[in-house]
Amino acid sequence: MKYLDEFRDQDLAKPLLKELRHSVTRPLRVMEVCGTHTMAIFRNGLRSLLPDGLELISGPGCPVCVTSASHIDAILDMAERPQVRIALFGDLFRVPGSSGLSLAHASSHGAKVDIVYSPMDSLELAKKHPQELVIFLGVGFETTTPGIAATIMAAQNSGVDNFAVFSTHKVMPPPLISLLNDPELQIDGLLCPGHVSTIIGARAYQPLVEKYNLACVVAGFEPADILQALIMLARQVSQGEARVENAYTRAVSWEGNERAQQMVNKIFEPVDMEWRGLGTIPLSGLAIRESCCHFDAEKRLDIKLIPAAEPPGCRCGEILKGKERPPQCPLFGSRCTPGNPVGPCMVSSEGTCAAFYKYG
Amino acid sequence: MKVIEIQGSPDDFFSDQIAVVDADGIRKKTRLDVVDHWPVLGDYLIIHAGFAIHTLDPQEAETNLRLLRELAENVLAVENGDDRS
Repeated sequence: MKYLDEFRDQDLAKPLLKELRHSVTRPLRVMEVCGTHTMAIFRNGLRSLLPDGLELISGPGCPVCVTSASHIDAILDMAERPQVRIALFGDLFRVPGSSGLSLAHASSHGAKVDIVYSPMDSLELAKKHPQELVIFLGVGFETTTPGIAATIMAAQNSGVDNFAVFSTHKVMPPPLISLLNDPELQIDGLLCPGHVSTIIGARAYQPLVEKYNLACVVAGFEPADILQALIMLARQVSQGEARVENAYTRAVSWEGNERAQQMVNKIFEPVDMEWRGLGTIPLSGLAIRESCCHFDAEKRLDIKLIPAAEPPGCRCGEILKGKERPPQCPLFGSRCTPGNPVGPCMVSSEGTCAAFYKYG
Repeated sequence: MKVIEIQGSPDDFFSDQIAVVDADGIRKKTRLDVVDHWPVLGDYLIIHAGFAIHTLDPQEAETNLRLLRELAENVLAVENGDDRS
């Protein structure tokens, strides 16, 4: 397909790989923030081709993986209530809560659970089932939130009363600041997410450059895009520089998608949010504003988040912080597999454990 | 994905804003509620969860590709013994 195939061209990637080897002049630790980057790097076999001295660390950029056990428990609580129908993106379906049970179990015991492609599909479900409250599970970063804001606006405009969103939406810069404040985690540069940046703009990373002197490059998802971004990061670090560069200008501007930003701001407001492995991070989440509280499932069903323990032995928390790699987890590949996942990093198609299991 | 049909208009918020898109013969509808630039037929969209989030700038795509090719050609020139400049 046009504008994809060109960036997958092996004849382009091979010299870029050589240039990357030339550009890495000292040990370099780069965090790829986005789960889609993690999967793209594995799927294209890039990890095994990288030069010695360049270490890629997966960050907290898989939205399902960073959804806390207490949020999963709250979702299971909602699913068991009468006259409630849960609509969600598929990845969350098999993530276990603190009891070890998931929405898949709940569904097999009679809970009404629908996997949808778009939040707008859940609005259609609400129209189709007027006697039920359809709750869409809002799990995602800045790329996902505008569509959910638009869906809530559409529900308002069309007068659909039996629709609500359970918002665990998260925003990307705050967890990066949290990680960068951790003295144990030494990172030289960030491979910044592509489509999150389409919404928030490359300018969102400027504070990281100013405060932490960190090299930041926004990257696309094809092999040539990723290699180019790594070259730019390696050059910045070897030259002792730190700035925001954009290697994905066909999709990302400095300002981002301001129309989407305005819609999100109209429906959501920043709140403190609990992240799996990272704890509660100030102003790292989005809650539905009071003016739209009728569409807020948490308020409508009076949901209380109850602190919940992570599954025993699961190392997802440390893996999400980039401190451990999946094979270091005692459950990896034995008790925890894609067919029988214990932690969310093994469930999600963007999870680091799933990537290591499939391609590692 | 390439836009082959547009329904609705950018100023009408009370009717559906939808593009029909095509990728290698597979067609589907995508919402245009949050897209940054209203597309025209033949434009390419980046789509996430049923919503177009960006109308791809063909000039920027060509610039991306040209810079990558120049970088690659420079590497090959060095390998062949030419000057890096």
